[in-house]
Order: sequence, then structure tokens, then C-alpha cells
Amino acid sequence: MERHFDVSLRELKEQLVGMAGLVERAIECATLGLVQRDRALMTQVHEIEKKINEAHIAVDDSCVKLLALQQPLAADLRLIVATIKINTDLERMGDQAVNIAGNATRYISAEPLKPLVDLPRMFEEVRVMVRETIDSFVRTDAQLAREVLRRDDLVDGLKNKIFRDVLEHVKINAGDIEQGLNLILIARNLERIGDHATNIAEDVIFAISGEDIRHSARIETIKQALT
Amino acid sequence: MSAIMEVSGLNAWFGAAQAVKEINLSFEKNTVTAIIGPSGCGKSTFIRCLNRLHEEVPDARAIGRVLLEGDDIYGRGVDPVAIRRKIGMVFQKPNPFPSLSVFDNVAVGLRLGGLRRASILKEAVERSLTLSALWDEVKDKLNAPGTSLSGGQQQRLCIARALAVEPSILLMDEPTSALDPISTAKIEELVTELKKAVTIVMVTHNMQQAARISDKTAFFLLGDMVEYGETSRIFTAPKDSRTERYITGRFG
Ligand SMILES: Nc1ncnc2c1ncn2[C@@H]1O[C@H](COP(=O)(O)OP(=O)(O)O)[C@@H](O)[C@H]1O
Ligand SMILES: [Mg+2]
Repeated sequence: MERHFDVSLRELKEQLVGMAGLVERAIECATLGLVQRDRALMTQVHEIEKKINEAHIAVDDSCVKLLALQQPLAADLRLIVATIKINTDLERMGDQAVNIAGNATRYISAEPLKPLVDLPRMFEEVRVMVRETIDSFVRTDAQLAREVLRRDDLVDGLKNKIFRDVLEHVKINAGDIEQGLNLILIARNLERIGDHATNIAEDVIFAISGEDIRHSARIETIKQALT
Repeated sequence: MSAIMEVSGLNAWFGAAQAVKEINLSFEKNTVTAIIGPSGCGKSTFIRCLNRLHEEVPDARAIGRVLLEGDDIYGRGVDPVAIRRKIGMVFQKPNPFPSLSVFDNVAVGLRLGGLRRASILKEAVERSLTLSALWDEVKDKLNAPGTSLSGGQQQRLCIARALAVEPSILLMDEPTSALDPISTAKIEELVTELKKAVTIVMVTHNMQQAARISDKTAFFLLGDMVEYGETSRIFTAPKDSRTERYITGRFG
């Protein structure tokens, strides 16, 4: 039996998926802008971010209406609560994309430090994380959400490697400190996006199973089980 | 927490048809327990077993143990009428005695219990009507017929009547399903107040109501108790998929 409420929930999910699509594009533009040294792409990031902010408000609005009018319980309630939190994380991801664009704009205004290898890899990992968290939400796939948690370790590892490499480089080439800092900031921005994706994955698991795995040793257990 | 009532292995039948199956459940003192479930799943039958009303139906019987503060209400020689004084009941439709005044509706149980002193009766009636949040509305019409009150007031009158004999448990069978939202809200407020004095077991079809006012929730289905637990858990993360389907309105 399909309830009228199910139609509303489907529309809400579609809203959130549309917003996630914008977030993906914002991240992509910022990173491509860096790799291809293309300022026009950086400008696009700002335009997309405006749309993300609009979507942020619209999703919250839908959630508040559904809470007030449908007074959802159990899985319905968890889904809406998770959506409110996911919405916030998506919006923050948009902010991080803007930060990447800013740091990348500064980076491409000067001579490149070295060929970018790890940053594009890190970008790819983060992009997949974002995609998978949203897929796990749409398909209510807790297993996929748990995959995201594992991928976050890869992202953290890449960030640490970039930090180390850049530090090594600027120790010898003191004149490159500013460019080095730009790269470190971008790696840091990408890592934050990964953290937001991790939050979303945890919310998805909560929405599906009612299980709160945040801040728990269980995350470690899950990560171990998957590696 | 101490259990004021412990139900174990409770089964109930109407003739050959079993309505309640092997229920084990305890009620802690000064709590509200909500009994939820689809129509016909045995909720009313279950709570009517808790004060031995079920056996009043011809051909109906129950087996099992129901301990009230340690004593089996189905024990040998136990007087069902005495049990019903300790375990009061409020029904879906307000049912004040039509020929009695507001005052007498509340006093009737005490009079049946042998209380005659007018001053004590007066005190007890006022106390019960105050407890049921009705005193201010009826103190000037105590001699009016009980049935002249509004539906919501009549239901609170029935609650006062049940409270007059100072029961330790109050059973309520869908007490607000015939009431408008304001009267319903008043009863809900009242229930939350009353649990300081009595332990409440309430059947309700209103999920939000159960969520708002109960501490524990039991979900019944086809005579079985499918799930029981903290209300906050049952309504956020039920364990059984049948509970989940029922409270999100996906049943059928
Ligand atoms: N007086 C009765 N005689 C025969 N069967 C009854 C009687 N009252 C209820 N039943 C049956 O017992 C089952 C449980 O009923 P009830 O306890 O009233 O359910 P609920 O309160 O959950 O709606 C139902 O199948 C109902 O038809
Ligand atoms: Mg009933």
C-alpha cells in the first residue's frame, strides 16, 4: 500500500538528490579549475554555490512541513531527521568547494609547484564518496554507506601524504611556501568534504537501521570488517 | 523501578476463539503504558482481564497470572468486585450514570463501599473532581445530572468516579476516541498528572497520543504482544518490522 506520505518522501528525496548533484558539480568545477588552470570554472563554482544555498533552504522547508503536517514516526521520522542533517552537510560541502576555488585561484595565479598527482587522486576519491553517500541514501543501502566510511581513510591518507610531500618540498625551496600553503589548504578542503560525506553515511545508516554509529568504537569495527 | 502489576502467561478466550495469547508484561508504578494495535487484536480483552471484567462476558474465560502488588487477582477466593475497586476502568464512551447527579456519580463507589458520612463524602468527591481537573468547571452544578455535561467533561467525570475509590491502577480503553481535540488534550494532560498517583494502562488508536503521554508501549497483533519497550524507542526505532509497519500506517 502506498501512502500519500510516500509520495512526499519521494519528492523530498528528489530534492536532496538534485542538491547533491549541484554539490558534485561544484567540487568538480573547483578541482578541474585547478588542474586545467581555468578561472572561468572557478566563477562557475560561485554560481553553483548560490543554487546550493537555495536548495538548502528549500529542503529544510520541506522537512519542517512534513514534520508538522505528517507527524512521522519510526522509519519515516528517522528519514526526515537524517535528511535535515544531510542537507546541512551538503551545504557545507558547497562552502568547501568555494574555498577550494579560492585557494585554487591563488595557486594558478603563480607558477605551479610541481605536477599535481595526489590532489587529483584525492579529488577522485572524494567525488566517489559524495556520489556513494547519495546513492546509499537513495537506494537505502546501508552496506554502501559503510563503504563510504572506509573510503574516508583513503582520503585522510592522501591528505597526509600531500602535507608531507609539500612540507619536504618547501623545506628545501623556501620561496615556494605560499604555493605550498595553497596546496595544503586545498587538500584540507577536500578532506573536510570527505568528513561531511562520512557524516552523511552515518546518517544514512541511522535512517535505515535506527542505529547510531557516530563517535563509536563500532566505526572502527566496521572499518576493520571491510578491509 | 518496582512493578505494581505483573502479568504472566495470560490467555483469554471468547468461547473457542482465543483473543489474547500468552502475554507476559509488567507495569511499573507511576508509569503510563500504552497498548496499541489494529482493531480486533485483543487490546480491550487484554486490559479487561486485568480487572476481571472479561469473565463477565458469557462463555468468556482467561487463564494466567495477574499479580497486583504480589497477589494474584485470579487467586482462589478473591472477590472480583474488590479487584475492580483497586483497578479502575474508563471506557471509550463516557458513561456517567444517567439518573445520577455529578456529585452522586463520583460518590457512588464510595457509598457502595459503605461510606455514609456526608462531610467525608464531600471531601472525597471534591478531591476526585480536582484530580480529574473538573472541579472548577462543575463546582457550581454538582446537583445537575452527570449527563448534562459536555462529552469531554463526562469523560473526566468518569475518571473522577474511578479515582474516588483510590485505585492503584487505572485502565483506560481509548478514553479520548469520542472526544474533540481540546477535550482530548485535557485528558492527555490529566493522564500525565494522574500518573503521580496511579499507574495507568491505556489503549489508544492515536499513535501521537501514545508517543506523547506514555512511558512504555506494547504493540499487539492478533492477540500476541509483538513488541514492548520504552515509548521513545518504539516510536523512533522499533525492532519488529510489523511494529514499524503499523506505526507508520503501512498496515494492510
Ligand atoms: N463479546 C465478545 N464476544 C465474542 N468475541 C469478542 C467479543 N468481544 C471481542 N471479541 C473478539 O475478540 C477479539 C479481540 O477483540 P478486542 O479485544 O475487542 O480487540 P481490540 O480492543 O484490540 O479492538 C476480536 O476478534 C473480537 O471480535
Ligand atoms: Mg478495543
